[in-house]
Amino acid sequence: MRLPDILRFARDAAIGYPMRTSLSVLAMSIGVASVVILTALGDGARRYVVGQFSSLGSNLVIVLPGRSGTGGFNPANAITSTPRDLTIDDAAALLRAAGVKQVAPLTAGTSEISVAGRLREVMVAGTTASYFPIRNFELGQGSALPEEDWGRGSAVAVIGNTIREEMFGNAPAIGQLVRVGDRRLRVVGVLKPVGQGLGMNTDELVIVPVALAQAMFNSNTLFRVLIEAKSREAIPQVREEVAEILKQRHRGEEDVTVITQDAVLATFDKLLGALTLGVAGIAAISLAVAGILVMNVMLVAVTQRTGEIGLLKALGATGNTIRLAFLAEAAMLSAVGALLGYLLGQLGAFALRQFFPVFPAYPPDWAVIAGLSTALGTGLLFGFMPARRAALMDPVQALMKH
Amino acid sequence: MALIELKGIARTFQLGDTTVNALADLNLVIDPGEYLAIMGPSGSGKSTLLNLLGLLDRPNAGSYLLEGRDVTTMQPDELAKVRSTRIGFVFQSFHLVPRLTAAENIALPMTLAGIPAAERVKRVAQALLDFGLENRADHRPDQLSGGQRQRVAIARATIMQPALILADEPTGNLDRHTGEEVVRLLEELNERGVTLVVVTHDQALGARARRQLMMEDGRLQSDSTHLPPLQGEGRGGDGLIAPISNPSPSPPPP
Ligand SMILES: Nc1ncnc2c1ncn2[C@@H]1O[C@H](COP(=O)(O)OP(=O)(O)OP(=O)(O)O)[C@@H](O)[C@H]1O
Ligand SMILES: [Mg+2]
Repeated sequence: MRLPDILRFARDAAIGYPMRTSLSVLAMSIGVASVVILTALGDGARRYVVGQFSSLGSNLVIVLPGRSGTGGFNPANAITSTPRDLTIDDAAALLRAAGVKQVAPLTAGTSEISVAGRLREVMVAGTTASYFPIRNFELGQGSALPEEDWGRGSAVAVIGNTIREEMFGNAPAIGQLVRVGDRRLRVVGVLKPVGQGLGMNTDELVIVPVALAQAMFNSNTLFRVLIEAKSREAIPQVREEVAEILKQRHRGEEDVTVITQDAVLATFDKLLGALTLGVAGIAAISLAVAGILVMNVMLVAVTQRTGEIGLLKALGATGNTIRLAFLAEAAMLSAVGALLGYLLGQLGAFALRQFFPVFPAYPPDWAVIAGLSTALGTGLLFGFMPARRAALMDPVQALMKH
Repeated sequence: MALIELKGIARTFQLGDTTVNALADLNLVIDPGEYLAIMGPSGSGKSTLLNLLGLLDRPNAGSYLLEGRDVTTMQPDELAKVRSTRIGFVFQSFHLVPRLTAAENIALPMTLAGIPAAERVKRVAQALLDFGLENRADHRPDQLSGGQRQRVAIARATIMQPALILADEPTGNLDRHTGEEVVRLLEELNERGVTLVVVTHDQALGARARRQLMMEDGRLQSDSTHLPPLQGEGRGGDGLIAPISNPSPSPPPP
């Protein structure tokens, strides 16, 4: 039998039994659609997090006080007790290292801001002028912190856009005095609004000189030192040098943790990638279930059409022809189901993107390819047994069942 | 050369611990172009014999030569090829594929044999004309009368131009008049040289054949070619009547 004839025969047979055909196509399409949508969700989450991390700045090396046992990124570092302070001078010393473009010390705390009786709690970041280019902060009005001796700490502040709105409304903010904690500071700049990001929301941030913040919070240690390397290639070298300089300054003790943004990114990337893979695996189970359904449907088809199989044999069909005809039918059910499921899945992902525009819910290519080929594979695999049964049928017995 | 030569054929079925001898020690020779009716009581083995002749079943013992070739040792695919090219079946219950049109049903053996579509269309058009079905080409079986269905089935059985047509009670589901028509068609085929073997319960129908076999309990009870019926002896269609009434039938073109 010629291939086009086999395909036409299988197609007619599938159309001839619309109920069971639509059932198995539906099962297969739900399986594929769930793979597409779930991996779109998982990969969307990965992209979202990676995107947010990248927006922290580029080529970053970060120093945390306290030592982490593994040397890798560990969220517990944030609360490790500090044996020795990470000071502003430590941070300044890092400027010596080759490959370092700029350094920004960072200290953080919460305080209250008030203007003319309006009061609210704010996050205060104490840092230097270099913090702005490192974090890619852009100013909506005024200027950044002044370039000055890091130890000086003039009484100025750069405020986030939400703070400006709440404190000043439509009135001009630049040059006005605000009270932060027990200090009176002059507003020199307002950050451009950026909206919600990962971690700190810069719209609700008040940035002051680092020495001022330390005095305000009565602390000598820094929360972080952010270092921008000159290039991506320089990152590993900068990391080593930074660790070495701080070790010398801390009398040979390695009591800080140096992480690179790459490492953090890679960790999250891996974590969420694994999550996506896991979700895809779960969705693949539904594909296997769909495959088994196709098998049952084909077994029913073989039983239903026993008389026809006997007739085909009487008319000179070889076992191979009959096997191919039934396999082609199973493959068609799976292929149509897979295609339909793919379209449904893409539609679902599209709907997700419409409802949550910040969330890049695109199914990854590998998942789409794997989903489609698993669908076809299981369809063929599970179609094989019924096809074999049909091919091996005894023609006389088969002809009697009519 | 004989078309069919059966020697010492036995076919048994195992039903639990009892063995049913559906065919026992059966000897038969059929020449090309013969018109033969197989008759006998229910359960005498007529259908079993026809299935064997049509290569749908294998004997438990004995030899079967079809056009001089031993078919009992053939592989399933070879048997399928022989069925495809040399044998046509007509069944009591028509056995049409319900979702295919009359034309597609007629074309089915050619489709299975891999004959190109253009050739199929040509031959089906001719067959539809020959069997008076030209207005029914696109009808599905459930839109046809019983007689029309059987005509479609006969057209299908002849479309590959076989040497042998096997019909198991071809008029069993038809009224007398329609049955008559169908038999006429089959006889016309035989007149053009196709060997025709019909299983029937109908005395009148059986009497129309040039040769009658009576079966009983899986054995040949009588063979009209032999004036005194010979029992248990290995002789077949080399008797008196068949050769005279069938001077030199030529097999149809392959
Ligand atoms: N598959 C089978 N399994 C068991 N026994 C069978 C089988 N096929 C046929 N037989 C037995 O073989 C014998 C011959 O059956 P067969 O169908 O050839 O009879 P028949 O002459 O065609 O009868 P009818 O006129 O009723 O069609 C019967 O006794 C039947 O029960
Ligand atoms: Mg019978």
